[in-house]
Amino acid sequence: MTESISSLTRFLDELSAIESQAVPEIGAARTADDLEALRVRYVGRKSGRLSALSGMVAGMSAADRPAAGQAFNGTHKRLQEQLAAAAARVLSTGAAATPAIDLTMPGRAVWRGARHPVTIVIDEIADIFREIGFTIALGPEAESEWYNFTALNFPPEHPALDMHDTLYLEGGGLLRTHTSPVQIRTLQRYTPPIRVLVPGNVYRRDVFDASHAPMFAQIEGLAVDEGVSFVDLKATLSHFARRFFGAATTRFRPSFFPFTEPSAEMDVECQICHGTGCATCKMLGWVEILGCGMVHPSVLESAGLDAERYTGWAFGMGPGRIAQQRYDIPLLRELYDGDVRVLGALGQ
Amino acid sequence: MNASVEWLSAFVDSGLSPRELRDLITARAATVDAIEPVRADLAALVVGRVIEAARHPDSDHLWVTRVDAGGPEPLDVVCGAPNVTAGVLYPFAPAGTTMPNGITIERRKIRGQVSNGMLCSARELGLGEDHEGILALTTTAAPGTPLLEAVAIGDTRLVIDVLPNRPDLLSHQGVAREIAAATGKPLRVPVIPGGDPAPAMSAPPAPVRADRKGTTDGVRVTVDDSTDCPAYLGVVIRGLRVGASPPWLVSRLAAVGMRSISNVVDVTNYMLHGYGQPMHAFDLARLGPDAAIHVRRARPGERLTTLDGVERVLDASILVIADAEHAQGIAGVIGGQGSEVSAETTDIFLEIAAFDPRRVRTARRALGVSTDASFRFERLVPATSPAETCATVAGLMTAVAGGRVAAAPALVGPALRPPEQRVRLRPQRVARVLGVPVPPTECATLLASVGFEAAVRDGALDVASPPWRTDIAAEIDLVEEVARLRGYGSFPTELRPYRIGTVPDDPLVARTARLRELLVGMGFIEVRPMPFVSDPSPDGTSIRVTNPLAGNESYLRSDLLSSVARRAEFNLARMEGDLRLFEIGTVFRRQPDTPGRPAEEVRVGILCMGARRPPHFTDPSPPAWDEWDAKALGEVVARIAYPGASVVMEPGEVPRALWRVRADGADVGWVGVLALDAPPWASTAYGAEILMETTDVADVAPPGRHAPAIERDGPSRAPVPRYRRPPAFPAVRADVTLLVPETVSAGAVEAVLRGANEPMLERIDLLSQFYGDNVPERHRSLTWRLTFRHPERTLREKEVEARRDKLLRALETHLGVRQRTA
Ligand SMILES: [Zn+2]
Repeated sequence: MTESISSLTRFLDELSAIESQAVPEIGAARTADDLEALRVRYVGRKSGRLSALSGMVAGMSAADRPAAGQAFNGTHKRLQEQLAAAAARVLSTGAAATPAIDLTMPGRAVWRGARHPVTIVIDEIADIFREIGFTIALGPEAESEWYNFTALNFPPEHPALDMHDTLYLEGGGLLRTHTSPVQIRTLQRYTPPIRVLVPGNVYRRDVFDASHAPMFAQIEGLAVDEGVSFVDLKATLSHFARRFFGAATTRFRPSFFPFTEPSAEMDVECQICHGTGCATCKMLGWVEILGCGMVHPSVLESAGLDAERYTGWAFGMGPGRIAQQRYDIPLLRELYDGDVRVLGALGQ
Repeated sequence: MNASVEWLSAFVDSGLSPRELRDLITARAATVDAIEPVRADLAALVVGRVIEAARHPDSDHLWVTRVDAGGPEPLDVVCGAPNVTAGVLYPFAPAGTTMPNGITIERRKIRGQVSNGMLCSARELGLGEDHEGILALTTTAAPGTPLLEAVAIGDTRLVIDVLPNRPDLLSHQGVAREIAAATGKPLRVPVIPGGDPAPAMSAPPAPVRADRKGTTDGVRVTVDDSTDCPAYLGVVIRGLRVGASPPWLVSRLAAVGMRSISNVVDVTNYMLHGYGQPMHAFDLARLGPDAAIHVRRARPGERLTTLDGVERVLDASILVIADAEHAQGIAGVIGGQGSEVSAETTDIFLEIAAFDPRRVRTARRALGVSTDASFRFERLVPATSPAETCATVAGLMTAVAGGRVAAAPALVGPALRPPEQRVRLRPQRVARVLGVPVPPTECATLLASVGFEAAVRDGALDVASPPWRTDIAAEIDLVEEVARLRGYGSFPTELRPYRIGTVPDDPLVARTARLRELLVGMGFIEVRPMPFVSDPSPDGTSIRVTNPLAGNESYLRSDLLSSVARRAEFNLARMEGDLRLFEIGTVFRRQPDTPGRPAEEVRVGILCMGARRPPHFTDPSPPAWDEWDAKALGEVVARIAYPGASVVMEPGEVPRALWRVRADGADVGWVGVLALDAPPWASTAYGAEILMETTDVADVAPPGRHAPAIERDGPSRAPVPRYRRPPAFPAVRADVTLLVPETVSAGAVEAVLRGANEPMLERIDLLSQFYGDNVPERHRSLTWRLTFRHPERTLREKEVEARRDKLLRALETHLGVRQRTA
């Protein structure tokens, strides 16, 4: 009994002796080499003084061992911390023997890439619609007159065609003026329920200016099933607007597209002035985001679907214009120039 | 369409402000893009308060005032008006303002006193003749408020974006009809303002109709084809006096942005903007002695000088209004100079007609001239409109220009059927499309408010459209009417259950997304260039654009890297030489044997040049990208483009296409050096272009047919790698340095090593290449590290040596390659 007590006491005395000797020595160390020597002397695994002392624990009674182990571990941990703190100090202040390390110097960088702003907008839109069951469909950029116009209920020789000034191709076909031909392709190939999103490039016979380009991106959505209604259109697109623009109020106003009826334009309350009117929204308080409407029965019939049984809605918008607004890009052309100073900064 | 708020008020007294009108029209009919004060010339003026007014020290009629114009400091303003009074508000033109008379107010000294602007009289603002003093304002607006906001001055213009389906909204009457329906206020026939007493509007005799030929007051009217011209109404007015228009007419036209020409022409323009019926007045005296009107197709090569002074050559696709011999106008587009009304005109032949929109569109496009008239005719003026507007214009014309209608006007065209064609509107259909039930009675009330006749029969509505609603042809058109008149805002926005779609993701989507992620992660910047080029590709497969707007957009590109290269040059011109660009885009090619649409491919193009890493103080000039980077990039891109395929980089035609990329044997792209128009400081550009997918351009099914998905359209999965247990025993490495003759490629050496049936050989890594001192001519020294491993035990040194020697023997046997000694 007595011996056991004295054995634990001796052990504890020895521990605190080691610690009180080591701490000032560690504090006085000036170089990494000094520290390494101290580490080996005190906590080195083979010949460190703490390791040597640990042999004593084995000879203790079972009752004393826990206390001894706890004290040992405490001391060991404190010395390790002292060594780590000293190492950091030696590194940052430098020591006489080795050159200083200046931690304010830059790390070794890598180049940073960037998705195109239009891609970023498309991806964000797609992410929101994917959550509500939409998949992505694609189609050719050179199309036939039938897929681009006729099947979408454009009357021949009609002023509605003026809104789609078209680039025609030698040998037949045209460059699609909207992504809507993919509506027809999808409706022909799949049986409702259909919920698809169609991103892609579209073409217009336009001069490159502040807000027009002969090619630009469009993203289109189509939902067709039994019982799909104008309420679904309003609800889904308002949900999208809230997700995409934050807590945004939307309004729907009458519009015209040959391939939808009723047709609408969806506006979002101007994020700059919150509806009071400013230069960005041309004093309207609203910013036009997308065109939409209920799929025209003749579009469903173009794809051989029963327009009495199925109804649907569709929308289309311009990710380029959204990117232009969001990133405050003065000229649309700058999105397509490929200036790495612009794109690199926007795509981060 | 420009609409004047005052003009609209003449049709319907809605009591709404311009902003309220804007919101109402936008919500129900067509979007109002802007509200503009007609007196925009007063936009720079503000409300100014005279704080103090003192006599000018050097003048007995001038005042020196201090004016609060909303700025931080009051302004010194010299004023000559006898009525200037401290504390009163006046219109103030700050220095820099251009006045309605064109004079710009400048900061200047008037008899030694500085004046920073002008307090204005009514006459100076063009608001009347009162020049006795400056105009005291009765407003509560704060100093500095724009004058046009503080005081109602002049008319307000609404700019309405009327879409092609609603030609009935291209007139004040049409817009007023919607306002009346929405507000419940009656639609009126406007009285002529400003007449004192109001001029008597004498109604002319009723028109006499004939099918093909008619006569009025000695003028024969012939219409060749009633399809081209379903209604042609001629009115002869004799004894009128051409002169200036009365002020009310001038201001009506000014409010829609038109300049006054003469009373006769102004009345026709008033009818166009007021009622949507374009009209044309011919000088009767200039239609030849034997006055006749002949509506016919132009003769090939027939010439006509139009009102804009351009001589035009016509063809048989163009409908003209001719006298007995010559064309005198292009039907529905523009009149001819030869029969233009002038100051000497006393008798006119007034044309009120309806033309086939396709005819007008053809002429407008062929002649390249668009007018307010052609715009309306192209969108359809109903055949009923001429007879409806005849009395109004005759009364107005004689009231404004004098003269009288002596004979019954002639109306040539087929008898118009009453609108017997009814469209059925089923309540179930309304509910199905709109998502909420709208009771038939409500539908009927809504439709009736804008001129439809709707009667309930067998639980549905029988609807007859008013003649101006030429857009209504089917039930769905009425469903839209109901939704619009009820207000889109009235429908709920509740998310309802939906079924999951049957369409799988296009398989290209996942691959392009992975590729983008990879390339962006490696520091590449995505570009989206225009896919046009100015010249065809040498192989003759380029697709020409038949109607490009710019010469550099004449062809569609047939490769991606030329577009990306142009973007690199754009950056090089801006001194940016460290470039890593990529595009995932479409290229177009003519299919040699297949006419029609081009073949399309989605490809990925990457370009790298300049420093491989940003400079660092440990590495101030990092190495430039080289062909070995490009080769690895091309390979890694191809592996993503072709998941699971065997990708081989096959040596290509040095120096340009260094490698052809093969995926499962197919040629899918190349890697090599790009020729750029680059400044001398630029480093070499490397590129890779790899096919991702050939787009299916074929028609899915014939028009009107459904071709449901077959098996291949089901979701396809890219092959996934299989799990392999990580090795449990250490590997042993052995380096071999070989003396390789120049006729033997490294690839050949590796092929022999791999083909030597040595199962323990796990990896082959080429470590170095060396030419020089101890290496014989036409040879090089190459060092490979061979890694051996046994799956079940640790290999012994001797075993490894034996295996290495076996491989060396194989090399010697097959290639004559030996280990380099010393
Ligand atoms: Zn705003």
